[in-house]
Amino acid sequence: MAAHGTIAGTREKHGLGRVLHDTRYVFWREMLLPLRDPFSLVFSLLQPLVFLGLFGPLLGAAVGAPAFGGQSTLQWFLPGVVVMIALFGTSMTGSNLQYELMTGSYERILATPLSRSSLMIGRALKEWAPLVVQGLLIALVCIPFGFVFHPLHVVAGLVILGIFGIGLGALSYALALVSQNKEWIFWGVQQTLLFPLMILSGIMLPIEAGPGWMQTASLFNPLTYLVNAERELFAGSVGTDTLLGLLAAAVTAAVGLAVGVKAISRNIR
Amino acid sequence: MIHTDKLAKTFTVKKETVDAVKGVDIDVAPGELVAFLGPNGAGKSTTLRMLTTLLTPTSGTARVAGVDVTADPAGVRARIGYIGQGNGGGHSFRVIDELVMQGRFYGMNSADALARARELLQSLDLADLAKRTVIKLSGGQRRRMDVALGLMHSPRLLFLDEPSTGMDPQNRANLWEHIMRMREEHGTTIVLTTHYMDEADSMSERVIIIDHGRIIADDTAARLKANLAGDLLAVEVAAASAAGVRGLLGRAAAGGEVSENSYDGVVRFRLRLPEGARLAPGLLLEMHDAGAPAQSLELKPPTLDDVFLELTGRNLREGANR
Repeated sequence: MAAHGTIAGTREKHGLGRVLHDTRYVFWREMLLPLRDPFSLVFSLLQPLVFLGLFGPLLGAAVGAPAFGGQSTLQWFLPGVVVMIALFGTSMTGSNLQYELMTGSYERILATPLSRSSLMIGRALKEWAPLVVQGLLIALVCIPFGFVFHPLHVVAGLVILGIFGIGLGALSYALALVSQNKEWIFWGVQQTLLFPLMILSGIMLPIEAGPGWMQTASLFNPLTYLVNAERELFAGSVGTDTLLGLLAAAVTAAVGLAVGVKAISRNIR
Repeated sequence: MIHTDKLAKTFTVKKETVDAVKGVDIDVAPGELVAFLGPNGAGKSTTLRMLTTLLTPTSGTARVAGVDVTADPAGVRARIGYIGQGNGGGHSFRVIDELVMQGRFYGMNSADALARARELLQSLDLADLAKRTVIKLSGGQRRRMDVALGLMHSPRLLFLDEPSTGMDPQNRANLWEHIMRMREEHGTTIVLTTHYMDEADSMSERVIIIDHGRIIADDTAARLKANLAGDLLAVEVAAASAAGVRGLLGRAAAGGEVSENSYDGVVRFRLRLPEGARLAPGLLLEMHDAGAPAQSLELKPPTLDDVFLELTGRNLREGANR
């Protein structure tokens, strides 16, 4: 068979090269789901617009412009919505895995030579990918309402979110593995962590408006740095906040992948 | 193709250690078709999962397709095919997409993967279902798709874990026909686990019987049956003359048990007779000469279940409960 030759030819890659190579295919397989059923994407595009359209005006009215560091409400809130979509999306990585754990699909893929990290990165990036479209789209839609669009900065912001998403996706993946056969644990943990993290990062409302203990708590939340970085980038500048955000994303990715690889190789059953 | 040395796996479940596999030595030559037979929980799937790198051994070594399972698991995975107990296709995916991606996972280019997927769909009678989503397939169709997934990269060594569990006889026969054809065409080495003794009996050239984590027999099915379990012979004689043949039948059983029950003036003796087909005619003559001619005779060739019973004192179907 011709196949024998190809295996020997392309499987010899090692290390990072192989992870990137394998990630491409894991990502591509996952992307076939929305691509074969594009309607699911339409709804995912509507969601952030609803948030911006319905929550944004309330935010401006309730908190008032001074809290946003001189920015318009929209300019301040839009990056937060983008982070929120990334958070919701990539923390769901494990939920799609749960179905594959129940059938033999996960095991079948585990028996292929794909590198373990690529299994998580590919799946996490699939949850992140729609964000690129969503983020750019809502930015464009908001221009008539006074949003100032800095395309390169926004793209940089999305890349940082992608790195963060790999970490969160890997953690979600590990959570799905640990809660195998007990799906409620996955949802319980995911929901219990998601909302405090979100509120304590100042995504929805400025954390500066909260009491001191909340502000202190927010300093230990990697998401805080990410939100600050996105706000800085979306405002069209690059500075300390961006660097700290990138660092927080990189640390999340490293921790997430380490935990994930361990969860995969831990031999249950 | 496979060589293991004291391969063992110990699980810790709720602070209790379970020795699932207790040091097995297995050698499989290229082209062989080997079945691991044993009751549920005997350790056959655990052994298979170690050989396919899905579990890391607690101790011992294994080389599969020339590669050490602990040192280079990815290398092993690239050289083998694995068809697990569950269904390999993701529910929401299209059949053809899953096959092509499987080929890509093994490093095939997209043209080769597509051609190979089409070829397999054709030969596994799935060609019409290429664009269907997996969830809409019937059980038998899904199992055939699993076979297609496992064969996408034309592995020279194929592992199958309980390939036909839960399938109806027709689908089982159909599945086997496909597997045997692939084997004939490509000389694939095949290792499978099963708890169906008839499957191990009729399909495999070599049967490795595993019980309580140990290999208790390893030979061709024919030799296992001939050496470890005789044919089951049942003869009936008139009750009045039964006493005359008891000693004779006892000697024929060569130390084995002779059971008897009587009804309607007839006594029915049952015993294991090694090489029964060859010895039965002579035995009938001896019985006749002893004044107790047989009124009826039944001779059943042994099954692997009888072999298992002989080896363990338990029935294969009773499962793992001691």
